[in-house]
Amino acid sequence: MIGLTHYVVVSAVLFTLGVLGIFLNRKNLIVMLMAIELILLAVNLNFVAFSAYLGDLVGQVFAMFVLTVAAGEAAIGLAILVIYFRGRGTIAVDDVNRMKG
Amino acid sequence: MIQAIAFYLFAVVMIASAAFTIAARNPVHSVMWLILAFFNAAGLMVIAGAEFIAMLLVIVYVGAVAVLFLFVVMMLDIEVAAVRAGFARYLPIGLAIAAALVAEIIIAVGAWSAGGVTLARRIAPNSEAVSNIQAVGELLYTRYLFLFEAAGLVLLVAMIGAIVLTHRERGGVRGQNISRQVARRPQDATRNMRPTVGEGVQL
Repeated sequence: MIGLTHYVVVSAVLFTLGVLGIFLNRKNLIVMLMAIELILLAVNLNFVAFSAYLGDLVGQVFAMFVLTVAAGEAAIGLAILVIYFRGRGTIAVDDVNRMKG
Repeated sequence: MIQAIAFYLFAVVMIASAAFTIAARNPVHSVMWLILAFFNAAGLMVIAGAEFIAMLLVIVYVGAVAVLFLFVVMMLDIEVAAVRAGFARYLPIGLAIAAALVAEIIIAVGAWSAGGVTLARRIAPNSEAVSNIQAVGELLYTRYLFLFEAAGLVLLVAMIGAIVLTHRERGGVRGQNISRQVARRPQDATRNMRPTVGEGVQL
């Protein structure tokens, strides 16, 4: 039978893949944003699994709020990415140093 | 049995597509793998009995966020070779940190399953009588109404912020000047004339 531990391990692996994606794609801000989406997906999976197995619906409501914030974050992040690319012609994170004194 | 098969199928496909998302050479392929990962996560949530969040995931992520990513990837003209530089350089440290992280989390899960968690009191207990979507809806529109409104406000601010950030004034375009339109009055715009016959009207 599928238990809570299965879900927690799967979302732990997914979370780790997201963190790894942030490390690997230092030159590519778009894939970094996608890695953040993967991390938030892992968090949501944890919320839903605990909500289902502890028998309390509040976890699913909170997962919906996480989803909302993730959607807003994606929109704002991509907008910042677009204006950054317009000004610099690159999407590498290492080049974000214009505000350095 | 069939539940276990579905769980393992969804979990394996989700983790594989997440790995391809961060490792794909082309950002468009990354978006496609991300969509697959979200579909499979929705499947996992259906198995756990959370249909509402699963459908929300499909609608919001596959329908909106992934398409947004796809649009941005296509709008920006990125060289694939340039964005791949440094992948191999960061691979060892990234893998080390990832391995440490996953080991920590799994050790934590082991420690937790030895002790176990029980809730003394449930805020909104799951009931078999009503469906998941109905129960979540009742919760959202009663106890969490203000939080729900705040979530709407977050989305509104995100939308306005994205528009304000990416908007740019372009010269040579005949745009709409709203304040001029609003300030226009009938007495400025029209004239009463009484032209004599045969002379016409000077405009």
